Amino acid sequence: MKAPSFAYAKAKSLAEAFDLIERPGAKILAGGQSLIPSLNMRLASPELLVDITGLKDLRGIDRRPAGLRIGALVTHSQLQRSDDVDQLAPLLLQAAAHIAHPAIRNRGTMGGSLALADPAAEYPACALALNATLVLVHRRGERRVPASKFFKGLFETDIRPGEILAAAEFPKVERSIFLELARRQGDYAIVGLAGVADASGKRIAFLGAGPTPVLAEHASRAVSLNAALEVLGRDLQPPADLYHSSATKVHLAKVLLSRAWNTLSKPH
Amino acid sequence: MEYAVETTLTVNGTRITRRIAPRVHLVDFLRDELGLTGSHIGCEHGVCGACTVRVNGEIVRGCLMLAVQADGCTVETIEGLSDSKELAPLQKAFHEHNALQCGFCTPGMLLTAQELLKSGEKPTRDEIRAHISGNYCRCTGYQAIVDAIESVINGKG
Repeated sequence: MKAPSFAYAKAKSLAEAFDLIERPGAKILAGGQSLIPSLNMRLASPELLVDITGLKDLRGIDRRPAGLRIGALVTHSQLQRSDDVDQLAPLLLQAAAHIAHPAIRNRGTMGGSLALADPAAEYPACALALNATLVLVHRRGERRVPASKFFKGLFETDIRPGEILAAAEFPKVERSIFLELARRQGDYAIVGLAGVADASGKRIAFLGAGPTPVLAEHASRAVSLNAALEVLGRDLQPPADLYHSSATKVHLAKVLLSRAWNTLSKPH
Repeated sequence: MEYAVETTLTVNGTRITRRIAPRVHLVDFLRDELGLTGSHIGCEHGVCGACTVRVNGEIVRGCLMLAVQADGCTVETIEGLSDSKELAPLQKAFHEHNALQCGFCTPGMLLTAQELLKSGEKPTRDEIRAHISGNYCRCTGYQAIVDAIESVINGKG
């Protein structure tokens, strides 16, 4: 189908973007790889699309003392080509390969994925596992929100009216693994796992296993794989989808946990 | 609320300025306004890859980009890339390997495959399949398409 009618404005500065997003029915357009299909299918009907892709402040991948700052407008393809991501946040690199297809990765952005908060998306689970900090900018400054407080519900985040997601900051983590089960390459995940480990322990998050990405706290603290498998059911209560019951999803999450465990458990 | 936005873009080497309604997708603009009907429209929600075009040197879904977003961009379509002969080796290989029947997916498939060739790497068959996973072909079963792409990569195209 074709999209409904709407107005379009490309913001030339952050100040202009803040003005535009306050207009009634305004919606932010970044890469558009989720928004435009939802317009085509008439699932969304904004009055004004505010294109933020011209904002330089939201671009770029920067090394920081504590890790990596990735601008919201960095595309999946740019992220895949980044040596800094490879060295400091390889989990994101592993995850990006699972996002849709090359033509979509060339336009889709990291910030768009985090701000949409699709429960089957890759980056939200990575952000949770990596304990990322989301940087939200507004007229009077910025607000920093930990990933654990950012994802609030199905497609619901802590972004307040008047705020724009500018970047995400990822602490350096040495050991990580990303696994995903999908029926075909690039399909939405049935269930996926984003896991990291360092001296302080493991942090294992799941996607496609609830209305938000879920940090499997019990399983992450378990001393052995068997113990982790035993308690995973306490961490995950995934809703059934068209093809998979809740029990099937928990089973598949356990399969992924088994595959990931050794990588996350090697001596440090 | 809708008003046309003046948009200037370069399509297959020709600079074009038009007033475009924001809701018009890039592929609809190319087909309906410019008559470049080689880029096809399949699913219109980013799944099938038939509308693949190149924007600023990278392949994108023509149905997942608004034409107004292409302001200031360089757009290349199957028409331009055929005329420039950039796709000639792939087109010859597709012909020789019978890598198309109805041909509906072929423009998108060629542009996608060419991005893989441009990377300069030597992908395996599995990697070729992963790269074209976002381009549906309902005729061939893909085997011949992978054969054709592989033959060009191995210099036998």
